[in-house]
Amino acid sequence: MSNKFIGKSVKRIEDKRFITGKGRYTDDINLPGMTHAYILRSPYAHARIKSIDTSAAAAMEGVVTIMTGDEVGHYGVPCGWQVNFKNGDIMKEPPHPLLVKDKVRHVGDAVVMVVAESREIAQDAAEAIIIDYEVLPAITDASKAVEAGAPLVHDDVPNNVCFDWEIGNPKAEVDEAMASAAHITTLEFVNQRVSPNAMEPRSYIGHYDGVYDKYTLYTSTQNPHLIRLLMCAFVLGLPEHKVRVVGPDVGGGFGSKIYHYTEEALVTLAAKKTGRPVKWTETRSEAFLTDAHGRDHVTKAEMGFDGDGKIVGLRIKTFANLGAYLSTFSTAVPTYLHGTLLQGLYTTPKIHLDMTCVFTNTTAVDAYRGAGRPEATYLLERLLDLSALEMGVDPTELRLKNFIPAFDGVTQPGYQTNVALQYDSGNYHGVLHRGLEMLGYEDFRKAQKEAAASGKLLGVGFSTYIEACGIAPSAVVGSLGARAGLYEVGQVRVQPTGKVSVFTGAHSHGQGHETTFAQVVADRLGIPMEDVDIIHGDSDTVAFGMGTYGSRSLAVGGSAIMKSLDKIIEKGAKIAAHKLECSPDDIEFTDGKFTVKGTDKSLGFGDIALTAYVPHVYPANLEPGLDFSSFYDPTNFTYPFGCHIAVVEVDKETGATKVKRFIAVDDVGNVINPMIVDGQIHGGLAQGIGQALLEGVEFDGNGQIINGSYMDYAMPRADDLPMFELDRQVTPCPHNPLGVKGAGEAGCIGSTPAVVNAVIDALWSAGHQVKDIRMPLTSERVWSAMQS
Amino acid sequence: MPKITVTVNGTQRTHDVEGRLLLVHYLRDVLGLTGTHVGCDTSSCGACTIHLDGHAVKSCSMLAAQADGATITTIEGLASGDELHPLQVGFKEEHGLQCGFCTPGMIMCAADLLNRNPNPTEQEIREGLEGNICRCTGYHNIVRAVQHAAGQLTEEV
Amino acid sequence: MIPQAVDYKRAGSVSEAISLLAENPDAKILAGGHSLIPAMKLRLNSPSLLIDIARIPELRYIEVRDGGVAIGAASTHHDIISNADIQSRYGAMIEAGELIGDTQVRNVGTLGGSIAHADPSADWPAALIALNASIKVEGPNGAREIPATEFFLGFFYTALEEGEIVTEVVLPAPAAGSRSVYRKFMQPASRFAIVGCAASVTIDGGTITDATVAFTGVSADGAFLDEAVGAALVGKAASLETIEAAANAAAEGAELNEDHYASKTYRKHLAKVYAKRALAGACGL
Repeated sequence: MSNKFIGKSVKRIEDKRFITGKGRYTDDINLPGMTHAYILRSPYAHARIKSIDTSAAAAMEGVVTIMTGDEVGHYGVPCGWQVNFKNGDIMKEPPHPLLVKDKVRHVGDAVVMVVAESREIAQDAAEAIIIDYEVLPAITDASKAVEAGAPLVHDDVPNNVCFDWEIGNPKAEVDEAMASAAHITTLEFVNQRVSPNAMEPRSYIGHYDGVYDKYTLYTSTQNPHLIRLLMCAFVLGLPEHKVRVVGPDVGGGFGSKIYHYTEEALVTLAAKKTGRPVKWTETRSEAFLTDAHGRDHVTKAEMGFDGDGKIVGLRIKTFANLGAYLSTFSTAVPTYLHGTLLQGLYTTPKIHLDMTCVFTNTTAVDAYRGAGRPEATYLLERLLDLSALEMGVDPTELRLKNFIPAFDGVTQPGYQTNVALQYDSGNYHGVLHRGLEMLGYEDFRKAQKEAAASGKLLGVGFSTYIEACGIAPSAVVGSLGARAGLYEVGQVRVQPTGKVSVFTGAHSHGQGHETTFAQVVADRLGIPMEDVDIIHGDSDTVAFGMGTYGSRSLAVGGSAIMKSLDKIIEKGAKIAAHKLECSPDDIEFTDGKFTVKGTDKSLGFGDIALTAYVPHVYPANLEPGLDFSSFYDPTNFTYPFGCHIAVVEVDKETGATKVKRFIAVDDVGNVINPMIVDGQIHGGLAQGIGQALLEGVEFDGNGQIINGSYMDYAMPRADDLPMFELDRQVTPCPHNPLGVKGAGEAGCIGSTPAVVNAVIDALWSAGHQVKDIRMPLTSERVWSAMQS
Repeated sequence: MPKITVTVNGTQRTHDVEGRLLLVHYLRDVLGLTGTHVGCDTSSCGACTIHLDGHAVKSCSMLAAQADGATITTIEGLASGDELHPLQVGFKEEHGLQCGFCTPGMIMCAADLLNRNPNPTEQEIREGLEGNICRCTGYHNIVRAVQHAAGQLTEEV
Repeated sequence: MIPQAVDYKRAGSVSEAISLLAENPDAKILAGGHSLIPAMKLRLNSPSLLIDIARIPELRYIEVRDGGVAIGAASTHHDIISNADIQSRYGAMIEAGELIGDTQVRNVGTLGGSIAHADPSADWPAALIALNASIKVEGPNGAREIPATEFFLGFFYTALEEGEIVTEVVLPAPAAGSRSVYRKFMQPASRFAIVGCAASVTIDGGTITDATVAFTGVSADGAFLDEAVGAALVGKAASLETIEAAANAAAEGAELNEDHYASKTYRKHLAKVYAKRALAGACGL
C-alpha cells in the first residue's frame, strides 16, 4: 500500500458541487407530474379522535387525494431492536401506524395526509379538515410516567414501561462494594432531551412506475438500503426487488435520519395510489415535533471510593424516555449503546445499571450523535470531577489513579469490562497528559486564582471518554436483540481502462466519504485519486449496505472496500503472472505495478485491467473481468477515546457562561484524512457544548414543546464558540485492516461533561458548592446556583 | 397576480407570481435555482441567504413581489465563469463545509461581510455570521474559510 | 411554511399607501417584512392585502435637522447604524441597531416596521425612549407627532390609530455633555432582548444633570421609561456607587415578563445589572 494520499489532508472532492449551489438534496429534485403532500398533525399530546371530516378539503380544486388512518392505519413502522425485560418477557412493542385513527400520542402525531397539485393547495386544504378530539391528560417525564395513576400512552402497556433491564455485576455485589466505600459521591441529574436539528429538513419523494411495476423513494436518510428493507419487509410488504431507494445529497443526520419514518412509507403508498410522484418536505416546526429526539435520561448515580481514591463501585438507576413510539434504534440506545460503556476508562470492579425504558406522550427518541455513549460518559465524568471536589483531590490525579493501564490489543490482550465489552486497544494516560500539557494546567490554576481576585469566575472541566463504535459484529448484536446484521458492503469495479468505480453501502451526509474512501482506494491500487469514483446512496447501483451511523463508515465500510481491493490485487497478480510467465506467488504489487520479484519485469495496473476485459492472453480457468464485492462483518466494536478540557468564564452577576478554551485530544486510531477527522471532531464538540449550555427540548404540562422553533431552541452560533485546540494520539485498531476506529461521534461524547464540570469548578472556586446544574446551563440556572 | 421583473445572476426574468410566493420559492421552484435552501420557518438559520441589490438577505422572509426591480445574486451566480469566488475557494481549502446544506447561505452572508469589511477580526467574522446556523462544522473551519478568502492565512501555508 | 393567499400592492407614495389602507381595512403595511412575513408563514397573521411601502423614496432618508436627526420610516437598520450623523450623536442607536437580528435582517428590516410592530423585546423602542425621540405618523386625518414615551403602549400595541402609518422618527439634538448607550442581555435562540437597557446621561463637571433610562424585554407591556432610576441620579456625582444605588431600583413596579429563559425574579435582577452597566457606560466609567 502506498501512502501518497493516506494520512494527507486531501481537499474534498464533493465540495465543488456544494460551494457552487449544485448539491442535489431531495427537495431539489422535481419529477414530471409531481404532486405535493401536507400532513395534518395532532395539536394535542394525548387525545382520542372522535371524528375526521375531510369533505370540504376533498372538494377543493387541486386536491388529488386525501388519506387517513382508515385507509393506511393498519400499516406501521417497526423497531429494529428487541430488548427483553429482566424476567425474560419480550418488550412491549405497540404499533406505530402511518396515520393514526384512534388515539394520538404526541403533539405532531400524523392524522391525515393531503396530496395536491401544489404545496400551497395541500396546506390550504388541510386547514379545511375538521378533526374532533377528546383531549386526555398527557405525561412527558419518564420517571413520573411509571407512577401509579399516570396517563397510559398505550392502553395495553402497564405503567408505560416498555421494558426494564440491567447490566453489570450482580446488584448484591455492587451493594456490598458500595457499603465498603470510604466515600460515596451521589449525583441525581437529568440528561435532557435534545433535538438533532440537521440543517436539511426531512424530505421524501415517492414514485411509482406502472410500466415496470417499480417504486422509487428519494429520501433524506442515512441508510437507504435499511429503509428499503424495513419498508418492504416490515411495513408495506412490497417486493424488495421492485423498490429502489435513493438517498441523494443529505444535509446532515446526526442519528435522526436512521429512523424509518412513517412519511417514507406514506409517500410511497400515495404515489402508487395516485399514479403520480408525491413529494413531502417537512417544515422546521414539524421537524421539532417529528424528527427523533435524543437523550432524555433521569438518573441517580453513586460512585464509591476507597480511602486511597480508587473507585470500588458504581450503582445507577435510570429512567430512559423512549417517547410515544419506538423508533428504529430506540431500545438499543439506552441499553446496549449506553449500559455497556459504564466502565469508562476506569478499573471500577463492580458496576450495576438498573434501567427502565418508558413510553411518554412525546416525540420518539432515537440515536443522536453518540447515542447512549454520551449519556454514559456524562454520568461517569460528572461523577469523577464532582468526587474530586468532594474529596478535595485533583480531578486529573483521581483519573490517572483509576485509569486502565495502556494495552495495544496485539501483544497485550484487550481489556474485558464488567459491562460486556472487550476494549480493543488503549492508552488513556497518554491523552490526559497531552491535554494537560496543552492546557498548561498549573498556570491555569494560578490564573483562576488571580481572576477570582479581580472578580472574574474561571473554571476548568475535564472529561476522559471512551466509546464503542464501528458498529457492529452481527453475531454479537444479534444475540443482544438486533433485528439486522451490521456488516457493510464494498464493491470495487475496475473498468477496462483502469478507472475504478467503488460502491459502498455507507452513506455520506457530510462525512466526506467521496474523498476519504478514494484516498484509500487510490493508495491501495497505486492510481491517481481522480481515477476513483465513490458511489453511494442508491439501492439500484450499490448491492447492499447498512448505512452510516455509529462512526462505522470507514471502520466497517472501509474494511469491506479493503477486502474487495485485496481480491482485485490477488486476481490481478494471477493475470500478471500469466503474462509475465511466472507464478502468482512471485508477483508483488506496489505503486500500481505488478512486478516479478527481484526483476524489473512489470505490468501496470491499467494493463492488467484491460487484459481482464480483453482476455486474449489469459490464465486458463480464470474468469474475465475485474470486479469484486465483499461483505465485512467486524469482529469487535472499535474503541476511540480521548481527553476533553473546557475552560469557561462565568459572569458573576448574570450567570452567563462563555467557553473560553476547548482542548480535545482524541485517539481515533489511524487517520486517513486529518482535515476531515478534525472537522468531525469540531462539529461534535459544537453539539456537545450545545447540549451543555444551550440546547434542550422543553415540554409544558400539556405535552406541548414550548421551544419548538429556532426562535426558542438555542443552538451554538458562530459567536458562541471559540477556536478549538485539537491534537491526537494514534493507537491503531488491532482488528480491522485500516487500523481505524471512527471519529464521527467522539467530539459530542466527550465535550458535554467537560463544559458542565468547568462551570461547577468555577462555582466551587467561588465557594458555591453545588453538585449539579440542570442542562442546558442557561444563565438563569447558573445564576440561581450562585444564590444558594 | 403581481408581475415581477428581476435580474438574477445577470439574466433578466419576468414572471407573474402569487402574492404569497416567497422569494426563496420563486428562486427554487420557478427559476430552478436550488442552491438556495430552506432550513427553518423563522428567518433564523440563514440557509436561504442571497444578495439583493448587493446585500445579504434572507429570501425566506421576503415575498417574490417585494423583489420586483431588484438585482439578485444566488450561490449559482457567485463564481465568475469557471473561476470560483475567493470564498468558495476558502470554504474548500479550509474544509468549511461538511453536509453542504448551510454552505450557500453561509458563503453569501460571508461575501457581504467581506464586501463591507475586507479584513475582519475573528470576532467580527463570528458576529457577522450570527444569522447562519451550521450544525456540522462547529464554525471553526468556517471562520478559517473566511480568513482564507480575506487573505489572512497565506503566511501559514 | 406558506402564507395564506394575499394580494400585494406597492405604494408609490405615502398618500397612496394611506388611501390603499383606507380602502382595505384588512390590509397590512409591509416594509422590510421581517416581522410580518414570518408571522404570515406561521399563519398567525393573514391580511388580505399587503401594501409595500419599502421603496417609497420619501420614506427612506436620514437627515440632520435642528442639530438632531430625522430618520425616514423605511430606513433599514443597516442604513441607521452606518450613518455618520447618527454615529456621532447617538451611541444608543448604534449599539441597539447593531444588536438587532443579524446582518441579513438589518439589511432589510426597517425602523418604522420595527416600531409599528412593537415587539415587547425589540431593541429600538428602548433607545428611542431614552433619547427622547418622537414618532411622526400620518393617516386619513393628517399627520401627528407622538413622543416615544407615549407611542409604545403595550404588548404589540402602539398609539398608531387605524389607517395610520409611521413616516418618520425624530431624534432631538443631544445635550452638551451627554452620552447614550445600549446594553443587551440576549435570549440565546432568537437573540431578542431578555433585558435591553438604553441610558442617556448628561454630565456637567462630574455631576449628573440629566439621566434617562429605558428598558425593553423586561415587561410584557413592552418598552418603558424607568423614571425613578433616572430621577435618582440627577444632581449626583457620576460614580459607580451612585449608579449602583440608582440601578437597584430598576424595573420597580413593572409588569415583569417571563419565559423559559428568564423568570420574573431573574429578569428583575438582570434589569438592575443592565441598568448599572448601561449607566456606567453612559457615564464613561
